[in-house]
Amino acid sequence: MSKAEGLLTGFRVLDLTDEKGDFCGKVLGDFGADVIKIEPPGGSLARNIGPFYKDTPDTEKSLFWFAFNTSKRGITLDIEQLDGQEIFKALVQTAHFVIESFKPGFMESLGLGYKELEGVKPDIILTSITPFGQSGPYSDYEATDLVGLAMGGLMSILGESNRPVRISSGPQAYLQAGLQAAMASVLAHYHRQVSGEGQHVDLSMQEAVALAAPIVAETYECVKVNLSGSGPNYFTARTQPLGPLYLQYLLPCKDGHVLLQWGGGYPGNRKSTKAILNWANEEGLCRDVLDIDLATWNSMTIEQETADRMKRSLVEFLMTKTKAELFRGALERGIMMAPCNTMADILADAHLEARAFWEKVAHPELACELIYAGAPLKITANPWRIRSRAPLIGEHNSEIYEQELGISPPELELLKSHNVI
Amino acid sequence: MAEASKMSKMVLEGTRVADFSWVAAGPQIGRELAVNGATVVRVESHRRPDMIRMSAPFKDGRPGWNRSAFYASVNANKYGVSIDLAKPKGKLVAQKLTKWADVILESMQPGAMANLGLGHEDCLMMNPSLIYCSTSMLGQWGPHCSFVGTGFHTNALAGFCACTGWPDSDPTMMGTQYSDYVAPWYAVLAIVAALAKRRETGKGMYIEQSQYEAGLTMMGLHLLDCAANGHIVTRMGNRDSYMCPHGVYPCREGRWVAIAVASEEQWQRFCNVLRDLPWIGDDKFRTLLARKTNEDELDGLIGEWTRDLTAEQVTTMLQDSGIPAGGVQRGQELLQDPQFKHRQHYQVLNHPEIGPHSYNSPAYRLSRTPAELKRPAPCLGEHNLYVYKELLGMSDDEIAEMVIDGTITTEVDGQQAFAGGKG
Repeated sequence: MSKAEGLLTGFRVLDLTDEKGDFCGKVLGDFGADVIKIEPPGGSLARNIGPFYKDTPDTEKSLFWFAFNTSKRGITLDIEQLDGQEIFKALVQTAHFVIESFKPGFMESLGLGYKELEGVKPDIILTSITPFGQSGPYSDYEATDLVGLAMGGLMSILGESNRPVRISSGPQAYLQAGLQAAMASVLAHYHRQVSGEGQHVDLSMQEAVALAAPIVAETYECVKVNLSGSGPNYFTARTQPLGPLYLQYLLPCKDGHVLLQWGGGYPGNRKSTKAILNWANEEGLCRDVLDIDLATWNSMTIEQETADRMKRSLVEFLMTKTKAELFRGALERGIMMAPCNTMADILADAHLEARAFWEKVAHPELACELIYAGAPLKITANPWRIRSRAPLIGEHNSEIYEQELGISPPELELLKSHNVI
Repeated sequence: MAEASKMSKMVLEGTRVADFSWVAAGPQIGRELAVNGATVVRVESHRRPDMIRMSAPFKDGRPGWNRSAFYASVNANKYGVSIDLAKPKGKLVAQKLTKWADVILESMQPGAMANLGLGHEDCLMMNPSLIYCSTSMLGQWGPHCSFVGTGFHTNALAGFCACTGWPDSDPTMMGTQYSDYVAPWYAVLAIVAALAKRRETGKGMYIEQSQYEAGLTMMGLHLLDCAANGHIVTRMGNRDSYMCPHGVYPCREGRWVAIAVASEEQWQRFCNVLRDLPWIGDDKFRTLLARKTNEDELDGLIGEWTRDLTAEQVTTMLQDSGIPAGGVQRGQELLQDPQFKHRQHYQVLNHPEIGPHSYNSPAYRLSRTPAELKRPAPCLGEHNLYVYKELLGMSDDEIAEMVIDGTITTEVDGQQAFAGGKG
C-alpha cells in the first residue's frame, strides 16, 4: 500500500457526528486528513446499526460502522460534562475542522458553538450537518434517511407513478449530506489557506438531496408538470391525444436485466438502436420491426403501440443472451446498453479489478481482511486510500489523551470513573 | 498565478477554469467552482453542441439551443465560447486557454482530448501548475473504458437500479442520472484540495475519475456486506430493517407522506398522536417485534389515517411530537417549500432566452464566503468576444479572422436538429 501523502494530509478533523454525518469524516480521512472520531462513552449508536459481520450483532462488528468510519482514529468523550468540554477545547486547538450533526443549537447550549470555538482556535472550520439547516421553519424537525429522500424531492421520481419508493441501499440521503458537507468543508479550507479565516459551514440534507435530482424542480418550473416514478421506463411527457410515451429501458435478459437506451430522437440514440437491431437481425431476430423507420422516429409523435412492438421484439432477442454477453456486444458494437448489476456482479467486475478499485483493509480482531469500495477518483501524486479500518470503541484514548494531550494515567482514571471518557 | 485576494467575498475568486466537459457530470463540477467565484469558461462548438442543450425540460416546453433548463442548471455563472478545436487556430486558442487556466475540466470520451493535443500530459507540459481533471463514465483506462452511454447506464452499473423498487418488482429506473450527482462532489473536493496543496508545492496534478466508481462509494455498505457475508441487498420497498412503522402513506390530492418511527420513545409519541383510533393500543402493535410481525396490517391502518389528511397536516402533527415525517415533495412543493424559501435555495436569474428562471443553490452556506448565483448559463458562443479579447488578450483582427475561417463557430449544423428531442 502506498504511503504517499493524501491531498489533506496534515490537517486534523474532530468528528462528533452520528450516523447522519459519519460519511463526511470518512471522505476527509480517505483523502488524508487525520480524523478523530469522538464517540460518547460506550460508543456511537451507529454501531448498533447492521448489517453485522457474519450476522453477529455486536458493537464492534457493525458493517454500517465499518463502512462509514474508515481512516479515522477513535476516542470516547462526554462533551455534555464540563471536563469533557475542556478536553474537547484542548483538542480544538490542535484541529482544523470540527464536524457535527447535532440538532441546531445543541453545540451552543454546551458552550461549544462556532463563536466559542472561534475563540479557542480563530481559523477553525465548523461544519454542521442537519436535516434542514441551522435555522428556518423546519430546523427543529426530525428526519431519517427516508424523510430526507422525501423532503428533498428525489423520492417523488423513484418507483412508480402510484407509489414512491426509497433506495434500499445507502443510506443515500445521509451519504449525499456527508459527501456535500465534505466538499463544502474543503472549500472553506481553501479560503482559510488563502486568507487565514475560518468559518461556519451550514449543510442541509434536504438541499443535498434536492441537488441529487434537480430535474424535479426544473421540470415544474419549465412546464408545470410534476414528474413521478416510471418503473422500468423512460418517460416522455406529451399532451393528449397521444399521452405520455413510456420506453422501457430496463429490460429482462437471460440472467437478469440490462439497461438499453433505445428509440429515435438524437443521433446517438438512433445509431445505438440501429446497432442492436442489426445484431438481432444477424441472429434472425427483430425482423418484424424493420418497418419502423428510426430516421424519422420522433418521440413527440410516435404511437405508444409502435414503441411497445419494438420493445417486445428487443426482449425476444435479449432473452437469448446473458448480461455479460450483452455487455460485450454493446462494447464491440457501440450500443448504449449496460448490465443492471447486483452487488455480486459488481464485486466480480473485471473492469474494476483491472483498475485496482477494491481496497483490502485489515481487521486483526476479526482475523481477516475485508474488501471495501475504493477510490472515487485517482490522483497519482497524492493518492486516495483507506488508511485504516474504523476505530474500536476508545481505541486511541491512550494515544491521544496521554501522549498528545499529556493527561496523566491517574487523571484518566478519574475521568473514566465519572464516565467522561 | 491567480490567487484570491484577502478581500474576496467568494472562495475561488481569481481562480481560472477552462471547462471542456459536457452533458451533466462534468459541467456540474465547473458550476460548483463558478458559484464559488471561479472564472469558468465553458468551451463548446456549434458543430457538435452539448447534447443536453437538446434535452428537456425546456422553458414553457418550447425547445431551443439556449432554452434547456437542464443545460442552464449545470452551467450557471459560466462564460461560454464556441470554437472548433479541430481547426489549427482552434488548437491555438485551446493552448492559450491551457496556459491561462488554473484548472482544466474535461469529460470527453477517453482519448478524445489527447487526440486534440489537449491530453493531461500535453497540458501539464504547457502549464506545470495546472490541475487537470478528467471525469468519464468508466474511467480513462480498463477493459470497458470505451463504453458509450449516459448516467442512466451508470445507475444500472453501480447497482442503484437493482436496489430501487419493491421485493416483488423488477429493477427501477432512477428518474434522474443519479450517479451524475455523486461524482462531481468528489471532483470538486479533490480539485479545491489540489489548489490548496499547490500553494505549498507550486505543482499541478492530474485527477482521473470514473463516475461508475464514484457511484459505487455510495453503495459502500452493501458492497461490504456482500463481500463479507455474501448477502445481496436488492429491493426492499420502503421497509427498514430497524424501524417500524417506516414507509410512505397516501394523503389527499394524490400526495404521499414519509413516516419513520425510529425508537420506542417515538412509537409512544406516535400512539399519543393517534390515540383516538381504536386499533392503536392493540396488542398486535405493542412491541417492536409484534409491529414487525404485523407490519402489513399496521401500514394499512396508518394509510387509512393519512388518507383523509394532507401531507402537510400529517407532517405537522407528527413533527410537533418529534416524530420524523415529511411529505414526498414534488417539483411544485419544492419550489414553494417554506424551508427552502427561508434558505433562499432557489435564486431567480434572468436568462436572455429563457427569461426569469429559478436555479438551485448549493446545499451549504459558508458563513464568510457564501456562494453566489450571478449569471445565467451562457447561450452558445455568448462570451466569445469577452473571453478571446479580455481574458486571452487576442486582437480584434485575430478574432475577426477566426470568425471568417469558421474557427469560431456561429451556426448549428442542420443535422443536429432536435428531431423531436428527448421529450
